Amino acid sequence: MQSVVCLKVVPRPEEVRVDLEKKTLDRSGVRSVINPADLSALEMALALRDKHGGRVTLLSMGPPSFEPYLRVGIAVGADDAVLLSDRAFGGADTLATSYTLSEGVRTIGGVDLVLCGDESSDGGTSQVPQGIAEWLGCSQATYVDRADRTSDGLLRVRRVLEDGTETIEMPFPAVVSVLGGTGEPRFIDYDRWAMAQQATVHVIDAAALGADPKLLGLKGSPTVVAGLREVRKPGRRHEVVTLEPEAAAARVAQELRRLGLVPEKEPSAPT
Amino acid sequence: MSDVGGVWVYAEERAGSLRPVSLEILGRARAVADALGTRLVALTFGSEEATARDLARYGSDEVVAVEHPLLGRYDTRLYTDLLEREVRAGDPSVLLLGATRDGQDLAGRLAVRLRTGLTAHVTSLEVDPEKRLVGWVPGFGGGIEAGIVCPTHRPAIVTVRPGVFPMPLPVSMPCEVRWVRPSLDPSQLGSQRVSFEPKGTGVDLTRSEVLVVGGRGTSGDFDRLQKLAHRLGGEVGATRVATDSGWVERDRMIGQTGVVTHPKVAVILGASGAVQFTVGIEKAGFVIAVNRDPDAPIFDSADLGLVGDLGPIVDRLVRQLGEA
Repeated sequence: MQSVVCLKVVPRPEEVRVDLEKKTLDRSGVRSVINPADLSALEMALALRDKHGGRVTLLSMGPPSFEPYLRVGIAVGADDAVLLSDRAFGGADTLATSYTLSEGVRTIGGVDLVLCGDESSDGGTSQVPQGIAEWLGCSQATYVDRADRTSDGLLRVRRVLEDGTETIEMPFPAVVSVLGGTGEPRFIDYDRWAMAQQATVHVIDAAALGADPKLLGLKGSPTVVAGLREVRKPGRRHEVVTLEPEAAAARVAQELRRLGLVPEKEPSAPT
Repeated sequence: MSDVGGVWVYAEERAGSLRPVSLEILGRARAVADALGTRLVALTFGSEEATARDLARYGSDEVVAVEHPLLGRYDTRLYTDLLEREVRAGDPSVLLLGATRDGQDLAGRLAVRLRTGLTAHVTSLEVDPEKRLVGWVPGFGGGIEAGIVCPTHRPAIVTVRPGVFPMPLPVSMPCEVRWVRPSLDPSQLGSQRVSFEPKGTGVDLTRSEVLVVGGRGTSGDFDRLQKLAHRLGGEVGATRVATDSGWVERDRMIGQTGVVTHPKVAVILGASGAVQFTVGIEKAGFVIAVNRDPDAPIFDSADLGLVGDLGPIVDRLVRQLGEA
């Protein structure tokens, strides 16, 4: 089975600071990570390769500084990596992003399965996997926590929904979005780590991708940021105190009682 | 922007009833349609008669009910094809969907099919002086939100998480129900369902009065939080880090990609306070936060903040409350 895993490199959200005067985000000195849900997608792809053979190729879109993150993915177990990197890809919304990634999948060629994390921890739109599937005109399944190939050659997945899980089958090729937190990322051993440092990350620019320039980046993005504003936060008391645990607990208990939110007796244990 | 086709809301049916989020969106969409000077259309697939009649009570000018036995289960391909057909025929300027699992599956596919823009997980919807729909989306890091428009493509597709808008009251207002009964056959399905296992926690945090919420700082020790929530007759919620780490079920995630909650009190333990999370608690009556870091942004969203280790504080709190 030939798989592609889409990896996004995202800033650690807790390190991004906001300049409220300029209404800009200060990302200087912010460390990045591979989007956690994408690691779940990678683990699922590796498990399928363990069972059915084939190759796992990483696909990402971003600046050359993303290369080391793709090497981490190779060290985890991927066979190779493709980085789509060009200024023309910049400023892309979900339509242009999914188009560009789908062109990357076409360029890799012969792909049976594309796996993505179900959402990114920065943009968080959860829309790109479905978009890739539509650009490729193939099957899709979102919020998947299990996937396998049946003896009939179909893709069988389990989707986790609000009220239960559904198991469905569909023909390959397909795009799946993998639920974050699914599976345990595997241990990186030293040999693979050392090998990954020598691996080639294939960097592809817009010209080499041969994509329609009108559909890339800012030009290919129908949504536009019309304005930025401070989030209107409700008026809070903002009382911040440092107390010993016993006193801190008493302070919280006092507030909860004042709000009338402490039932008189402890309710019976849940059945 | 011409608005002959109006504002459309895709109302999701599940097991024969409407998802609450769809009605919440309809309530807000009425104001959006009025501000744009256009009509409001609610569209539903599957469609038992009673559902369509129920939908008609929430302020839309028209309900379009697409009915066929094959629509009893959500299928990406069939639903996308049918919604595409309706949208191309009706040419709405705006299409709103609830950001449920199936709703997002559909919205993302349809937006690319129609080569139009999609704004995901808005926390407010406004109409600007140029009569454009602006969907506001919080940015990471805190403090800022971006207003997104889709000026040159239509429809502007927007998804909204559960709990963002209040549940509207039924109104008595004339509403036409138009039935669409397409002829469909199973070859139009993109997938076959093998099985469905109902489950779940069945938890709906948007209805809880007391929430005990854990983040990264809990290091996964949610038993402690469960004890406190149980004592207070409340529910446990979590940040994205906590659900991504598998510490608690995904349907307990609070925030931009989880649910927006309205409890009387939220006790937030070990959460840093990224804006994607805090949008989910800003409608809480009272917010208590415990965090080891005195500079944690969560304290900007709290009425009462306690600097310290959450473990000892929660343990003592449970003991003190037990003495009631």
